[in-house]
Amino acid sequence: MMSTASKCVENCIRAKLQKRFNPKVLQLVNESYMHNVPKDSETHFKVVIVSDEFEGMPLIKVLDLKNLFKRIATEPDQKKQMLQRHRLVNTILTDELKSGVHALSIVAKSPNQWKDEPVESSPNCRGGFGK
Amino acid sequence: MTSILRQMINVNKTTRISSMTYKQFLSTKADDPIQSHIGKLVKGNKIVVFMKGVPQAPRCGFSNAVVDILNIHKAKFEAHDVLIDESLRNGIKEYSNWPTIPQVFIDGEFIGGCDIMLELHRSGELDKILEKNTQEKPAA
Repeated sequence: MMSTASKCVENCIRAKLQKRFNPKVLQLVNESYMHNVPKDSETHFKVVIVSDEFEGMPLIKVLDLKNLFKRIATEPDQKKQMLQRHRLVNTILTDELKSGVHALSIVAKSPNQWKDEPVESSPNCRGGFGK
Repeated sequence: MTSILRQMINVNKTTRISSMTYKQFLSTKADDPIQSHIGKLVKGNKIVVFMKGVPQAPRCGFSNAVVDILNIHKAKFEAHDVLIDESLRNGIKEYSNWPTIPQVFIDGEFIGGCDIMLELHRSGELDKILEKNTQEKPAA
């Protein structure tokens, strides 16, 4: 578990997301202090990311696959429907999530979906012992 | 000549080893008792939640929020506490290829964690998903 004030995990996450998504908005908040972990830990993060990459990409798995395949045949752009916004962010940060980061709250939107409203902070810890 | 033969034998060995590994790789998920156990759990109810703590006393804010959302929708669900079972805690992440807890499954399909449930709740999409769910299999 990281317990240094060097913000190396935070910087690494920011750099990876910046490189992959070229985001219009990128907010990264270390929320570890809200949890039962040592001071200056880098275990709990919230990310708000707005990028053109998410245009046409759904939030959850498209369950109507038959219809989707039909649409892909006629409109190649629909291929994006196979991806899910949050899953894509998780994939980019696989290494971090495997090595110490165990909470990642994600708000991922396309510029069209983004309303510039303040994003509320995550719910309070309820004593899960930093797990 | 000998060296060519040796190379051939080596190549053969390597191929055999890698094909065995591939076979093992293919069978891992089906043979893993935890993965097949989870496969049954997610289909054990219309809505299944893997969380930290129990619905009456969640031990994580994100798990608590998911329980709150489902309660707002008066949705009946089955919950499994991953804090009392380390193999379940790691296994569920592998099963859904999703790195965090809580995890919500509807009709055996992975839906998401706290952020996704919150977004589906706010957009009204959760109503549709749950409605469809109830229509297909009426609550007992």
